[in-house]
Amino acid sequence: MVAAAKRLRIGSRLPAQIALAPALLIALVLYCGTTSWTVWISLTSSRMLPNSVFVGLRQYDVLANNDRWLASIANIATFGALFMTAALTIGFLLAAMIDQKVRAESLLRSVFLYPFSMSFIVTGLAWRWMLDPTLGFEKLLHDIGFADAHFDWIVRPDRVIYTLVIASVWHAAGLVMAIMLAGLRGVDREIWNAARVDGLPTWRIFVFIIIPMMRGSFATACVLLATSVVKLYDLSVAMTNGGPGIASEVPAKFVMDYLFERGNLALATAAATTMLITVVVVVAPWYHWQGRKARMAGIA
Amino acid sequence: MNQAPNRSSVSLRGVEIAYGPVRVLDRLDLEVAQSEFLVLLGPSGCGKSTLLNAIAGLTEVDSGEIWIGGRNVTWEEPKDRGIAMVFQSYALYPRMSVRKNMSFGLEVSGMKRPDVQRRVTEAAAILQITELLDRKPSELSGGQRQRVAIGRALVRDAGVFLFDEPLSNLDAQLRAELRTEIKRLHARLGATMIFVTHDQIEALTLADRIAVMRDRRIQQLGTPHDVYMRPANKFVATFVGSPAMSFLSGHITEGRVFETSTLRLDLSGYAFTAPPSVGMPVDLGIRPEHVVLAPGEAAAIPARVELVEPMGSDLLAWTRIGEAALTVRLSAETPVAPGDILPLMFSTRRLNLFDAQGERL
Amino acid sequence: MSTPRASRHPSGRRPKRLSPSRVGLYAFLLITALFFLTPLYVMLVTSLKPMAEIRLGNIMSLPAAPTLDAWTTAWSRACTGLSCNGISAGFWNSIRILVPSVIVSIMVGATTGYAMSFWRPRGAKLLFAALMVVAFIPYQVFIYPLVRIFSQVGIANSLAGIVLVHTVFGLPTMTLLFRNHFASLPLELFKAARVDGAGFWRIFLQIMMPMAVPIAVVAVILQVTGIWNDFILGLVFAGRDNLPMTVQLNNVVNTTQGERTYNVDMAATLLTALVPLCVYFVSGRWFVRGIAAGAVKG
Ligand SMILES: Nc1ncnc2c1ncn2[C@@H]1O[C@H](COP(=O)(O)OP(=O)(O)OP(=O)(O)O)[C@@H](O)[C@H]1O
Ligand SMILES: [Mg+2]
Repeated sequence: MVAAAKRLRIGSRLPAQIALAPALLIALVLYCGTTSWTVWISLTSSRMLPNSVFVGLRQYDVLANNDRWLASIANIATFGALFMTAALTIGFLLAAMIDQKVRAESLLRSVFLYPFSMSFIVTGLAWRWMLDPTLGFEKLLHDIGFADAHFDWIVRPDRVIYTLVIASVWHAAGLVMAIMLAGLRGVDREIWNAARVDGLPTWRIFVFIIIPMMRGSFATACVLLATSVVKLYDLSVAMTNGGPGIASEVPAKFVMDYLFERGNLALATAAATTMLITVVVVVAPWYHWQGRKARMAGIA
Repeated sequence: MNQAPNRSSVSLRGVEIAYGPVRVLDRLDLEVAQSEFLVLLGPSGCGKSTLLNAIAGLTEVDSGEIWIGGRNVTWEEPKDRGIAMVFQSYALYPRMSVRKNMSFGLEVSGMKRPDVQRRVTEAAAILQITELLDRKPSELSGGQRQRVAIGRALVRDAGVFLFDEPLSNLDAQLRAELRTEIKRLHARLGATMIFVTHDQIEALTLADRIAVMRDRRIQQLGTPHDVYMRPANKFVATFVGSPAMSFLSGHITEGRVFETSTLRLDLSGYAFTAPPSVGMPVDLGIRPEHVVLAPGEAAAIPARVELVEPMGSDLLAWTRIGEAALTVRLSAETPVAPGDILPLMFSTRRLNLFDAQGERL
Repeated sequence: MSTPRASRHPSGRRPKRLSPSRVGLYAFLLITALFFLTPLYVMLVTSLKPMAEIRLGNIMSLPAAPTLDAWTTAWSRACTGLSCNGISAGFWNSIRILVPSVIVSIMVGATTGYAMSFWRPRGAKLLFAALMVVAFIPYQVFIYPLVRIFSQVGIANSLAGIVLVHTVFGLPTMTLLFRNHFASLPLELFKAARVDGAGFWRIFLQIMMPMAVPIAVVAVILQVTGIWNDFILGLVFAGRDNLPMTVQLNNVVNTTQGERTYNVDMAATLLTALVPLCVYFVSGRWFVRGIAAGAVKG
C-alpha cells in the first residue's frame, strides 16, 4: 500500500528522472559496461582482436613476468614517491612563505601556478629542450666555465626518471601551493595570536599547530597528486617517449602501447585492470569517508 | 485582499512520515478549522517542519490522508493545494527583484499581467514594502526580507498560510513588530494560518489554538489559556511558561491531601480529571505567578530565598522549600533579599498535579 | 622574527622587513619564482632565435636579432609526417572540439547535478557513487571498449565521437561541481519555488542557474583548459582529420627530417600553450577557485 502511494507521486519526479537519464546511461554503459568489458578481455587470450577464449588469470601471470611492465611499475613507484614528496614540500613551503604578508603576493602566486594551466605535452617538450644534453643546460654549464659538468640525465637510463619528477613538480607545485594557501587562510588568525602570545617560534607553530589543522588540505592534495601519478602518460610520451630504452616507461603508456601498437589486447587490459584495482584500493577508504560526510549532511 | 471568503479547513488523518528507519510523525491526527490560527509549538527536531511540509505537499507522507478545504490533497502538487508558505530563511529568489519575487508564482500559474501587477501592488501596500519593489533581496534588511516573503505568500490569495518559524532569524524588536503584523493580517484576511515556532511567547500571543508537539506526537491541542493553565502533561507544563513551572514531589494521602516531607496541602479545591488513589506518588506543579505572599497566615509555607532577579516590572525569587526548588514571581517593590524566609500560599485551583507517568491528574 | 622590545612605535611590523629571516624569505621566493619562470623564458627566447644562434649560443642568452620566422613556420609550414601545413590546422581542430565539448559537458553536468541535489530521482545514489570513483580512474580502463562501441555506433574518429568522450569524462567533475553548489543552497529556496508552482525545468532555468553563474564560469575555465590540454583522448578518438593541437604539436616535434629545428618546436609549443595561458592570466583568481572546487570533490 505504501509502495502504491509512493508510485503515484513519481509523476512530479518524472522530469528529474528524464534529466538524469543521459548521465545514468553514461554511467551504466560507458563506465560500468566498458570497465567490465576490459576486465573480461583480460581474462581471455585476445591478441589483435578480442576473442572469448577464457584463460583465467594467465595474462596476469604473463604480466608479472613482463620486464617492461615490471620496469613501468618500478618507475612509477620511484616517480610517485619523489614527485609527491617534492610537490607537497615545495607547495607547502611556498604557501607558508606567501602567507607571511609578502609584497607582490598575487604576482608570486601567478608565477607559481601558471605551469599548471599548461598541458603535459607542453611541459614535457619544454623540459626536454632545456635538458637536451647537447644544447640545453649542460651546454650552458660548459659555456660559463664548468667544462666537466654533466647534466645529461634525460639520456641516462638510471637518471631519466628524475627528469620526469622535475618537470612534473614544476607543473604541479603551484596547485599544491594554491590548496595549501586556501587551507592556511582558513586557519583562524586568533590561533596565531594565541601561539605568539605563548611565545612559540614560528616553525613550532607550523609544525605542531598549523599543519595538524590542515589535514584536509593535505588529504586533498595527496589524492589529487596520487591520481595524476597513476594517470601519468602524456609527460612520458612528450619528454622521453619511455626511453632511453624502457627507462621511463609507465603503466598507462604500457597499456596504450599494447592496445594500439603491439596488438596484445589481453595483456594490455590485464595491465589496465591492475591499475584499476590499485586506484580502487587507494580511493575506497577516502570515498567511504567522503560518503559518510555527505550522508551526514543529508545529501546524496 | 479579495473580499471573496477564501478560507479552508485543514485536516490530517493518521499521517505517518519516516525518513528511512527514523519515524518522524506517528499516526498523527489534526483538525484545523476555517480561519483558525493554529500554532505548532515544540522543541527543535520534534517534527514541526515535517508536518508543515506534509501539509504543503513538499514531503511525501507514508500513510494517512491530508484534506484541505474539504478535498483530499494527499497526492496533489503543492501549487494545487491552495496554500502559501513563508520560510525561516525567507527563501527569496536572490537574482530576482522584490516585485519579481512576488509575481513569480502568479506568472507561473499563467495569470494575466495586469492582474499580477494589481495583486503585487496591493500586497506591497498592505505590508508597506511598496518602495522596496525594485530592489534585490540582498539590498534588504532581515525584517524587510521577511516582509517580502510574507508578501509573496499574500499574493497567492491562498486559503491556508503556512509559516515555518518565520520570525526566528530576526532580532527581538523586529520579531515583536512582525508578530503583530501577522496577527493583523490574520484578522484582515480571515485565512487559515498554521504557524510553526519554538518560541512560546509567539505561540501564546498569536494562537487561537496551540498544538504542543514532542516526539512524533501532539502532546496537547488547546487554546493558549488551556495550554498554559491546564497543561496536559509535565512536558507541556515545563515547555510552556517562562520561567518554567516548579515541581514539588510528594504523594496523595487520605482526604485528598498532598504531602511531602516538609509540607501538607489540602487539594479539595482541585478539579481532578480522575479520582486519585491514596498513596500514589504525584508531582505538584506551581507557576511562579500563582504563588502569593501571605504574611501572618498560619497555614503559610516558609520558603528560603536563594537568589533574587529583578525583571523590571516584577521580580523573581528563587526559593527552596526543604530541598525542593520553587520559583516565585513578586511585584518589583517587594522587599526581599537572599536568606529571607518568605511565607507562601498557593491557590488550589491553579495548581497542576501530574501522576508518575507525567500525565495530568 | 622577534621585534625589538623597547620600540616605542605602536606597530611592531616595520622592523621585520629588514630582519635576516625576512631577507631569506624574499630570497627563497625570488629564486623559486625564477626557477618557475625559466621554462617560459627559455621557450620564448629559443623561439625568437635562428637555428645558427641556438647551436652556437646557450639556451639562456637573449636573441641577438629576434625574429618571428620560427613562429610563422610553426604556424603554417612545420611538417607532421608528410604534410607541411604547420600546427594551425591543429589549432582550429582544437577549437572545433573545444566549443561543443565545453557547452555539452557543462549542460549535462549542470542538469545532472541539479536533478541529483534537489529531486533525488531513482538511481541518483548509484550515479553519484559511480562518478566519485570514475573521477580517479585512468582512461586506459575504458578506452578500448569505448573505441569498439564508437565504431559500432559509427562515431569513431569523428568530431561527434571526441565531443561525446569529453562529455563522458567531464561528467564527474562537472556534475560534482554543480551538485556541490546546489547542495549548498538552502532547500527552502527550492521548496518556495515548488509552492509557487514552478516545475523541474523552470526552477532550473529561472531560479537555480542564475544563482550558479559563478560556478558556471569556474566550469568553463576548468573545461576549456582541460579539454585544450587533453592529449590521449584526442589521439584515440578524434580521428586523423580532427587531431587536436596537442597531438599535432607532439607530431611536429617528433617529425625530424634532417636537423631538428628547436626554434620552431618551441614556437609551436608556445602557440599550443597560448590558449590555457590566456585563460589563466585573464581569469586569475577564478582559475584558483576552479581547481579548488574541482579538487574538493564531495
Ligand atoms: N531529510 C531528512 N532526512 C532524515 N531525517 C530528517 C530529515 N529531515 C528531518 N529529519 C529528522 O526529522 C526530525 C524532525 O525534523 P523537523 O525538521 O520536522 O524538526 P523541527 O521540529 O522543524 O525542528 P526545528 O525546530 O529545528 O526546525 C528531526 O529529528 C530530523 O533529524
Ligand atoms: Mg523546522
